[in-house]
Amino acid sequence: MTDNILTVEDLKVDFHTEEGTVHALDGISFEVGYDEVLGVIGESGCGKSVTVLSVMGLLQSPPADIVDGTIEYKGTDLLSISDTELNEIRGDQISMVYQDPMTSLNPVLTIGHQVMEPLLRHTNMSKAAARQKGIDMLESCGLADADRLMDEYPHELSGGMRQRVVIAMALVTEPDLLIADEPTTALDVTIQAQIMELLKSLQEEFGMSVVFISHDLGVISEISDRIAVMYAGRVVESATMRNIFTNPLHPYTRKLSESIPSLDSTVDRLPTIEGQVPSLYNPPTGCRFASRCPEHLGEECEMVDPRLKRIEENAAHKVACHLYTDVSEASPPWDVEEGDAQAVTNKATQGDKYE
Amino acid sequence: MSESIQSTYGVAQDDGLLATKDLKKYFPVKGGILNRKVGDVKAVDGVSLAIEEGKTLGLVGESGCGKSTLGKTIMRLHDPTDGNIYFDGEDISDAGKSRMRKIRRNMQIIFQDPASSLNPRMSVAELIQEPMKTLTDWSKEERRDRTLELISEVGLQEGHLQRAPHEFSGGQQQRVAIARALSVNPKLIVADEPTSALDVSVQAKILNLLSDLQDTYDLTFLFISHDLSVIKHICDDVAVMYLGKLAEVASTEEIFDDPKHPYTKALMSAVPDASAESMTDRILLEGDVPSPENPPSGCRFHTRCQEYIGEICETDEPQFTEPSAGRYCSCHHYSGST
Repeated sequence: MTDNILTVEDLKVDFHTEEGTVHALDGISFEVGYDEVLGVIGESGCGKSVTVLSVMGLLQSPPADIVDGTIEYKGTDLLSISDTELNEIRGDQISMVYQDPMTSLNPVLTIGHQVMEPLLRHTNMSKAAARQKGIDMLESCGLADADRLMDEYPHELSGGMRQRVVIAMALVTEPDLLIADEPTTALDVTIQAQIMELLKSLQEEFGMSVVFISHDLGVISEISDRIAVMYAGRVVESATMRNIFTNPLHPYTRKLSESIPSLDSTVDRLPTIEGQVPSLYNPPTGCRFASRCPEHLGEECEMVDPRLKRIEENAAHKVACHLYTDVSEASPPWDVEEGDAQAVTNKATQGDKYE
Repeated sequence: MSESIQSTYGVAQDDGLLATKDLKKYFPVKGGILNRKVGDVKAVDGVSLAIEEGKTLGLVGESGCGKSTLGKTIMRLHDPTDGNIYFDGEDISDAGKSRMRKIRRNMQIIFQDPASSLNPRMSVAELIQEPMKTLTDWSKEERRDRTLELISEVGLQEGHLQRAPHEFSGGQQQRVAIARALSVNPKLIVADEPTSALDVSVQAKILNLLSDLQDTYDLTFLFISHDLSVIKHICDDVAVMYLGKLAEVASTEEIFDDPKHPYTKALMSAVPDASAESMTDRILLEGDVPSPENPPSGCRFHTRCQEYIGEICETDEPQFTEPSAGRYCSCHHYSGST
């Protein structure tokens, strides 16, 4: 597909450890369109970070081993090109913001050195021009007095300021694709709100595509156009932001959003998901959520692996669940918002649903 | 509204299970070639609050505002610089070591990160029994019976007792920490961000467990968190802290329906909400929390305040006033109304 900037197809990643092989990613597929923000959500250990590290070519091998799949960036398969070619793309066209700004900045280099580095490495810009560009970028990231900051060291800044520097570093080459791995997790809520506003306005200004990873449904809903939900090394559902909230199809998506306490409603007890995430050393054969699923259908769930399928042709909503493999039952067994329920029922009666 | 709030201002000794009066904790800052004291980090700077028996008081604020220091000072893990702590009617602010040992039977703490608060060389059974060994005179059999009772109560199995902490997931480790805190039948539990290190689905289970245990044992909680939605779910009353001082105290319902202090308003609007359609009226605070070593003059929030009135905010420190019955707020917006 040419209308997507990034297409990941059936990506499988294993980690070979002393205790055995961990199947961290088991056939992940997703795509990011131009000027689109894709949110990736899931709990710890579900493979969110491994996914983006594979895209960046940053997985350490061994122990990591990309077993199968393709990662296509603007038509080029990133997995088959040489390191030199990858280095041309990485840091220039694709850049990344990490979770903890303290560990992603080098403590012994000045802010200026680190912000200018991608420019000096990837463009023919002179040092003076790079410095000016660096100052401009720090200012667009909301850092006042950027000229002075260029000569300071990371430890002299607060957490929120450091994360702004990391964002400025990632954006200084004006990348086409930004990967943000939990960029606000280490920050306080008021600082988080500032950083989210900044990312939103910068995304609009530069018109870049963003992959935004988070474990926090609230944060992800602020910025994303589309959301992919991950569970135990699989993408279980992907849909537009609105659809994920008003019409979640996968039982895991629904349980996940229910288990978060909300500021709007009050409940005596929080609904929980029984059981635990299956071990990825020896994952279950069928659906990986089967043992915890409240909508468990029977043997099918234990034995047959549900693939990520479209609910309707050309529709953006995809789900990997046996509840929807039978056309006649293609509406979720729980309450959805008025209107959306109708839409799903309509889809179910249109025949020939799946690709 | 509850009595604990009414008595927040002008705390008396017999108010609630726990009360603090003008509690202060300063940490000295040393510097220069002679390593002399050059200043103080005013982590907790005059906090008065009270918790009624069987209730949960939520303490909320950003990192560095002093909420953990307050929790630890109440537990007497730090010695207070000034002010008083009343536990069950007794002033414990300068109780000696042996007296504190007796008092700690009734007050226990749960820390944020179970992986670092549990000794990795001890088995679960040893971990749970340790407080009983040091704080009670129970016999071996009594301790064993209590351990078995606790382990099922927190949702673990007997087979887990001989395992080491590293064999458990984060949620299970936190269950062990909870069992350990409960072992000596305390009245008060200080829970310092007990779910911050956990995933949301595990967080839901731990929150449910804490409220079940509160019902069973009639526990009183001081629940410290930076997460407003968690606070709203579990607490009866909420105290909002900013730079070592309380900004606002009210019942959970009132504070979430109608926040008074500008900082509380900003904090609430900063919470990302998946269900909200638009974020148009969000209050975006500028800058960072100032250093507690050299806090701003007057109202500590004036450097970031979106409802700044004028010079009075910079020169006069706002007093705790009662803008409406039972609610306390330290802001010049309400200082004229009393």
